[in-house]
Amino acid sequence: MFHLAAGRVGSLAAKRATAALSTSSARMMASHGHGTGDTHPPFHQQQLLVSALDKLRQDDRKRFRQVSTAVDMSKPLYTDSVDVPLPDRPYKEVLTDADKSLKQKEKGPWNQLSKEEKLALYRLKFLKTYPEMRHSTPEWKTVLGVAFFFLGLTGFVVWWQKVYVFPKRPRTFEGDWPEKQLKRMLDMRINPVQGISSKWDYEKGQWK
Amino acid sequence: MFRAVFRLSAAGARSLARSRPCSSAPLASRCYSHGKVETEEEFDARWVTYFSKPDIDAWELRKGMNTLMCYDLVPEPKILDSALRACRRLNDLASAVRILEAVKDKAGPHKDIYPYLIQELKPTLTELGISTPEDLGIDKL
Repeated sequence: MFHLAAGRVGSLAAKRATAALSTSSARMMASHGHGTGDTHPPFHQQQLLVSALDKLRQDDRKRFRQVSTAVDMSKPLYTDSVDVPLPDRPYKEVLTDADKSLKQKEKGPWNQLSKEEKLALYRLKFLKTYPEMRHSTPEWKTVLGVAFFFLGLTGFVVWWQKVYVFPKRPRTFEGDWPEKQLKRMLDMRINPVQGISSKWDYEKGQWK
Repeated sequence: MFRAVFRLSAAGARSLARSRPCSSAPLASRCYSHGKVETEEEFDARWVTYFSKPDIDAWELRKGMNTLMCYDLVPEPKILDSALRACRRLNDLASAVRILEAVKDKAGPHKDIYPYLIQELKPTLTELGISTPEDLGIDKL
């Protein structure tokens, strides 16, 4: 009976432990969920959102930098591409009342729309125009500059190594040692067929 | 085998000779040894019919335009006219302007194609009230 009680107590404790574990893991899962305001989206999604080329749309660029929600990749995305003139969704999907009334006006004759209204309708649907898409950036200067900088840094490191790290050169490189070494090689007839001794004229005592 | 090769090169020479200012090249540059080759007129008619569908939906418009832009050609004015009218049925002015931008970009270095297209589409543009990108000032940065 004692064993049975212990068994029952044991199982109760085990049940409590699993319950505690499941709630903590559920809380962990919830905190990793997307769509809440205080979680950071993964870096590659941030990269999608931050358009480094978008110098011309200051307000939109600032809006990108303040993004705190993750992108839902299961829904159609907006993209600016010269190959795809009409993206999967309009750029602005959340419309203000002014936008909505403009959209209503769009249902009527377009001759009645002013130039500014037509432009506003365009900008509601698209972020960049074709010239803006095609516009080059000076990014290449930054890339080249940083590459040269690191090459220069490497050069500095190599020089510093030469001065402070490498040991002294062997004595076989100094003074008249190389000359004497060469003379000895020629006297020994090193590589006489096609190598160094074949290039030496032994009668005249000079190179051929 | 040689006959097929000769026919292919002849077809290639023919399509080159037929190029017009609007240069909507035929799909006929395929290596068929048999099988029907679609003519330019058939290609154009097919696309005009596609955009002329009275109850065309937004997805079909987008799909049609994006597919059309993938081909190695600038669409004929009649295809663009049909597409612009589809935009009107969908109450989508922005897409209409985008289509004009897209065909200008599609012409690439051939700067004479876009003015020709606008000239041909002028009646439609004035009828529907579509402003060109130049009118709206978005052809410049």
